[in-house]
Amino acid sequence: MRYEAPTTTKEAASLIAGEKGEAFVLAGGTDLLVRMKTGLSDPDLVVDIKHIPAMQDIKTTDSGTKIGGAVSGSRLNSNKKLKKAWPGVVEATNLIGSDQIQGRATMVGNLCNASPAADSVPAMIAAGAKAVVVGPTKRRTVPVEKIATGPGRTSLAKGEIIESINLPKRTGKSGDAYLRFIPRTEMDIAVVSAGVNLTLEKGLVKTARVCLGAVGPTAVLVQKAAKAIIGSKLDEESLKKMADACSAACNPISDKRGTVEYRTKVAGVLAKRAAKIAFERAGGK
Amino acid sequence: MTGTLVNTTVNGDAVQFACPTDESLLDSLRDRIGLTGVKEGCGTGDCGACSITLDGELVCSCLVLGVEANGREIGTVEGLADGDKLHPLQDQFINNAALQCGICTPGFLVAAKALLDKNNNPTEEEIRYALAGNLCRCTGYDKIVRAVQAASKDLRKKK
Repeated sequence: MRYEAPTTTKEAASLIAGEKGEAFVLAGGTDLLVRMKTGLSDPDLVVDIKHIPAMQDIKTTDSGTKIGGAVSGSRLNSNKKLKKAWPGVVEATNLIGSDQIQGRATMVGNLCNASPAADSVPAMIAAGAKAVVVGPTKRRTVPVEKIATGPGRTSLAKGEIIESINLPKRTGKSGDAYLRFIPRTEMDIAVVSAGVNLTLEKGLVKTARVCLGAVGPTAVLVQKAAKAIIGSKLDEESLKKMADACSAACNPISDKRGTVEYRTKVAGVLAKRAAKIAFERAGGK
Repeated sequence: MTGTLVNTTVNGDAVQFACPTDESLLDSLRDRIGLTGVKEGCGTGDCGACSITLDGELVCSCLVLGVEANGREIGTVEGLADGDKLHPLQDQFINNAALQCGICTPGFLVAAKALLDKNNNPTEEEIRYALAGNLCRCTGYDKIVRAVQAASKDLRKKK
């Protein structure tokens, strides 16, 4: 196995594009090393992106906040400004694994691993986050919901790497939240999850985004659910409409962690609860 | 020596070793440097027996490549005691009988130290969350939590 640690994203992209065999990006390694250990992958090339300065940045500018692809969960957690602006996104990422995993795992890794139950993904999609995708010759900016196409599959071409996640600028009264259901208190994979992000104007919901996890092959952005609460004060009737829209958007599987019926119902319940938290965080009453 | 040359710092000492690129840091630490305090439990990041700090960050060494350690600072359980003088956490693990078979103990000590370095007066809940990535099949955890509470008290007294 060839191990490379380039210092620019373009170089990293070219290395992967030029490799004939199996090539992987190494960020936190919390998925890749498990794949290697269990024999699921036998890479010919591993490109460590942690020596690329742009991958390690958390930068807030006039247009929003840029989080580098190699920024670990624990670094997100120690960034007070980011936690204040996007508590839901940070909490969602921090739910992944133990403190040991948080020391390494990244949001972009979570996204590219493309598990339907990835915790940070519904929160990022609800936030309206965009991924900066860098290839050997071009770069493009893509909404996060366009990255995963199915379990373990993404829309990235060979040699394309996500350099950063861009969260939009926070304006006015706004809040986000992410909740997941697991049968224990810690260290588990979401049975169902929901991320809600909203802004308020004159006490009413002005804009909203609602995204569900683990209820289909990819995270599901539910526009009808958002529409149900826009213009409301999150009264019971709009919340019920939102929950119904969430349940209607579910297309889950039954497995040992939850049945289709259970996931479909709980998706609505979690979305309601997450919406209430986001509303409160935005200063809503 | 074959493999890729890695220059790193382990418990404050400069260390050089060579390893294959696909070797885990856990294996490098045990087999190349002889630091057998790092244990392999699951090898997939679930049990925490191989916990170390990498540039001060708590990680599972089974989920790090040996070659990634180049230029970084590693802390293992072997760095906890000051010569013959045990770290308060080690003392309190003994006083509280917080171990039986001992396989998980180095990982618990390293994780508990990482917690106390950040938070010198954690609540029981904070301790339990911080140690959620470390599995013990002997003690039932309660004695471990008591030991960490006692050590945190000792450390606060010392200051």
